[in-house]
Amino acid sequence: MTDKARVRTEAARLLGFFEAHGASVVEADILQPAETLLDLYGEDIRARAFVTQDPVHGEAMLRPDFTVPVVQMHMADGAEPARYAYMGEVFRKQEEATHRASEHFQVGYEVFDRTAPLEADAEVFALIKEVLEPLNLRAATGDMGLLLAAVRGLKTTERRKAALLRHIWRPRRFRALLDRFAGRAALPKGRDALLAQDDPLDTSAPHIGLRSTSEIADRVEALREDAAAAPISAQEVELLDDLLALRETTGHVLEHLRDIAVDMPAIASAVDRLETRAEALAKRGVDIATLDFEGSYGRTSMEYYDGFVFGFYAESRPDLPPVATGGRYDALTRVLGNKNGERRDIPAVGGVIRPELILTLTEEVTP
Amino acid sequence: MTLKLGVPSKGRLMEKTFDWFGAAGIELARTGSDREYAAAVNGLDGIELVLLSAGEIPRELAAGRIHLGVTGSDLVREKLGAWQEKVTELAPMGFGHADLVIAVPRCWVDVNTLDDLDAVAAAFRANHGYRLRIATKYHRLIRDHLRIHGVADYQLVDSQGATEGTVKNETAEAIADITSTGETLRANHLKILSGNPVHKSQATLFKSRKADWTGGDRATLKKLCTKLGIDG
Repeated sequence: MTDKARVRTEAARLLGFFEAHGASVVEADILQPAETLLDLYGEDIRARAFVTQDPVHGEAMLRPDFTVPVVQMHMADGAEPARYAYMGEVFRKQEEATHRASEHFQVGYEVFDRTAPLEADAEVFALIKEVLEPLNLRAATGDMGLLLAAVRGLKTTERRKAALLRHIWRPRRFRALLDRFAGRAALPKGRDALLAQDDPLDTSAPHIGLRSTSEIADRVEALREDAAAAPISAQEVELLDDLLALRETTGHVLEHLRDIAVDMPAIASAVDRLETRAEALAKRGVDIATLDFEGSYGRTSMEYYDGFVFGFYAESRPDLPPVATGGRYDALTRVLGNKNGERRDIPAVGGVIRPELILTLTEEVTP
Repeated sequence: MTLKLGVPSKGRLMEKTFDWFGAAGIELARTGSDREYAAAVNGLDGIELVLLSAGEIPRELAAGRIHLGVTGSDLVREKLGAWQEKVTELAPMGFGHADLVIAVPRCWVDVNTLDDLDAVAAAFRANHGYRLRIATKYHRLIRDHLRIHGVADYQLVDSQGATEGTVKNETAEAIADITSTGETLRANHLKILSGNPVHKSQATLFKSRKADWTGGDRATLKKLCTKLGIDG
């Protein structure tokens, strides 16, 4: 068999596993409307996805993932709760890492269930773990819900919290904003001079463009509010840093998080959820005492993960990408469901496996 | 075998390129009629001159169809992904200087930095329902720059000319373009964001890593570099 045919056979085996556990098998178009993906992921996706042109429908992209089309399909006509499995190629440009393949197979499993989200988190993780068991991989987990709760609970202005939340998936930018809001970094160039003026809007420049004078005035007002606001306290920044630096087993991390929650009560309910999820994982046979937890895990992926996040890694092959990744993406369903004034969302969690990596690793074990 | 040297086929860029090689005792000249794209090299054997549009020289270098090429450093970075794997810079040539900059309306008194632009992009999207538009033809360079600096909620709209007019025409909110004096930007009521430009461009002699380099070609390159006083 050719390599690709073997990968397809392995993918079909994985798909059969999820189907046997109750998933409905679904398909997704390879050509996806570019606009939806651009609005969701921003212009960066152009550097990572193949963009092509349809003479009638305009810009299209070769699907960079299955998550978006599967969510859209579910929101259009899915019954709840729902469990889906799929397999097929995804396409990613590799401009910087030219040695990586620009198309590869994925097999995925997604759960849309409102009733017991933490139970669903555990279910997805445990199923993927089970099917990968023979490979003896290291699992890493995290929970974006903790960081989101911590930021929402900061004692500062709503505008600052919104700015931090918007950049939570861009760690460098988040850090720069946090340093400034904490008074540890200087204001951007020109800010002081602007606010020192009696009427900053008094300018000789003619007004051009769609951004209106009142939008400019609103921003100047927001900058004044920000300049007058007290800095975020060193203690709060330190607690955030503690949270981000956590690297422990799930068993130990709960204790540590309880300590942090004493000074940062905003994360208490997120810690409760982490504990309930850990119990659900334990019931499914996952060893919590050895399961790694990382406070920053899930912050740099381009997906919209906003809760439980996980990945499975081959420790003998650090050069390989993770064999499987996944997480909860409630926010993504909120964005996709917020069309034409309609507001719909559905709690969702899922994960994908790369079958060709399983073959690579299996061949290493049994040459 | 001959070593193929691609140079811009017209205008000041061609003249300055000829002057630059001429100063090192290598005479490049067009031959035939004014309109015929043919050229010759005197002062060094084994080099064939290929006249090309400056915009196509990066592609020809990457394909290995020319061994050496003169073009703007901005064009190589914009048109070639992972450009360092395809070409190496032999020598900056000291002319054709221009900065790639991002500019916004001068009436945006609240915007001086990329930081401000990012905050404005978020508010603009919330108010208008779509991502703030930046008109440019330098898609790759601008996208990389904005990603590194954590700017979100923008979109690039393609503009191949008269880019400075797009804000007044309300087809973009900001622009990114190449400028040497900033004169056209000022005339169109735009201001450049503070900080370093996205890229400081100049005409540069590039060497292809993808071309077929025979022993003879290497020997010719060595002689050429000696004459030019640069490292091969």
